[in-house]
Amino acid sequence: MTANADEVARYLKRRARWSPFEIAFWIFAFATIWLFPGKYLILKDTAILALFALSLDLILGYAGIISLGQAAFFGFAGYFAGLVAKYGIINEPVIALVCSGLIAAALGFVTSFLVLRGSDLTRLMVTLGVSLMLGELANRYSNITGGADGLQGVEIEPVLGRFRFDLFGHNGYVYCLIVLFICFVIARRIIYSPFGLSLRSIKGNTLRAAAIGVPVKWRLVAIYTVSAGLAGIAGALLTQTTAFCSLDVFSLERSADLLLVLIIGGTGYLYGGLIGAVIYKFLQDWLSNLTPQYWQFWIGLVLVVIVLIGRERMAGWVRIVRSLLVRLGTWLMPRLPALGGAAPDGR
Amino acid sequence: MSETMPKTTPILQTIGLEKRFGGILAAQNVNLAVEPGARHALIGPNGAGKTTVINLLTGVLRPTAGRIELEGRDITSLLPHQRVRLGIARTFQINQLFLDLTPLESIGLVVSERLGSGADWWRLVGTKSAVTDEIVEIVERFRLADVMHERTAILPYGKQRLLEIALAFACRPRVLLLDEPAAGVPEAERHELLATIEALPKDVTVLLIEHDMDLVFSFAERISVLVNGALFVDGAPDEVARDPRVKAVYLGEELSA
Repeated sequence: MTANADEVARYLKRRARWSPFEIAFWIFAFATIWLFPGKYLILKDTAILALFALSLDLILGYAGIISLGQAAFFGFAGYFAGLVAKYGIINEPVIALVCSGLIAAALGFVTSFLVLRGSDLTRLMVTLGVSLMLGELANRYSNITGGADGLQGVEIEPVLGRFRFDLFGHNGYVYCLIVLFICFVIARRIIYSPFGLSLRSIKGNTLRAAAIGVPVKWRLVAIYTVSAGLAGIAGALLTQTTAFCSLDVFSLERSADLLLVLIIGGTGYLYGGLIGAVIYKFLQDWLSNLTPQYWQFWIGLVLVVIVLIGRERMAGWVRIVRSLLVRLGTWLMPRLPALGGAAPDGR
Repeated sequence: MSETMPKTTPILQTIGLEKRFGGILAAQNVNLAVEPGARHALIGPNGAGKTTVINLLTGVLRPTAGRIELEGRDITSLLPHQRVRLGIARTFQINQLFLDLTPLESIGLVVSERLGSGADWWRLVGTKSAVTDEIVEIVERFRLADVMHERTAILPYGKQRLLEIALAFACRPRVLLLDEPAAGVPEAERHELLATIEALPKDVTVLLIEHDMDLVFSFAERISVLVNGALFVDGAPDEVARDPRVKAVYLGEELSA
């Protein structure tokens, strides 16, 4: 077997092609706008959580950086978006959103130098520490942030000057979904670029990555910055669609939930955060209706079961079920006309 | 030994290289000169300091004393990835591969980095023809075409060993350091590996660190023997083979082994 450049190029690009699963996923995602009109609030929260989880997946799933402090960027940009709207500094939500993302990315860039030294445990502690510090700063400067009462009096102008956030949350959800999709396309593009490939190599074998000339540190700084920016956009979306921002945007629980979402959905294939967010929000909604006080017990149980069974094994089951279905399909197909009695060749 | 000293400027040279780990001298006064285009082997019994020397040359370790020069330029204080850019690439004794990537992706990664597009984040992998052309050349050279779509983790060991060299070669080094390339390769896959090493282009200087004497004597044009962290004998293969001190060292080792 010999290789040729066209084949190599085609193969390398093949991974980046949109699969039918992905296209179906996004068609369904946008179809929810019409399918579940009464559920806009939870759908909107899911879209924001999905974007937030996507930001963590970029560093955890692709660069191997574990973090308990994504809430730092989420909250920082959340307050930023609230403040610029409250004081009329940036009125148009889309521009404010982009600026929030940029400012969170700047914070990510600065803190990346703290995070990237040391082992996983150090990283967990440093990322956690940064978000705790920001949370306390927001608490201390309550004259700016509103402290424990939250940021009051935020008024969000219509998106692009036309679409006002309505009471039913329709426009808010559509806005979040479109932003999620755009951010996803950007993340996807990054992952399938040479830069994304170098991240996977760093995660796979840092020693060798350095030995073939990859500037490991700068690549990690870059992806951490991008990830912070996406987390910031998620935070700004929450503020904009609720016209409110409170201290819990910085909470440890928010960062921990995010890890939970990625554990449920899986890391390193970009859809983990999205699927995880859907499952998490659905479980939360369903369980909190069943047992309003104790729903976290069941979330905890799901977590334990997932970790104990192991994702590899579950993926294996999915493969087995799929191949069984395919086999069933190929077995059924020739027999179907016979069943209907419409076989052209008769019997 | 003076009659065998190289007449041309060495491409890679160490001057009085020394590495001390606490009280242990892992390398002492190593003066190694590798000529351009050479097939040079560095041999020595276990624990002689061969790996220390490789780590010093590639910048993984900093020497306690002495200098390293690449084509007369002092590179002693450069970082590993900077040395790669200047033209020193290495393989590892124990495979250091990207197990989740395919050989195609791994080689593509190295080529992209070298051609300066490793930081491109908006272009998709495989859209630059300069990169794909070179990937094809390397895949063919290292006989990886039939497994290039497989995950590296599931490749046969011999293929993994070939990929190990291919990744270093894809850096287009001036000097290629091969650290026991044939280690652990089963007999059936060995021939392919040795043939590939034989066929490395002559403009790439090869420094082979090896335990396997058959490979060393069939491949090297010049051999340096390292014992207890110091260069012991340095010369053409037949000189080294005749040297009674080398025989003593290896015979001694065989007896004690």
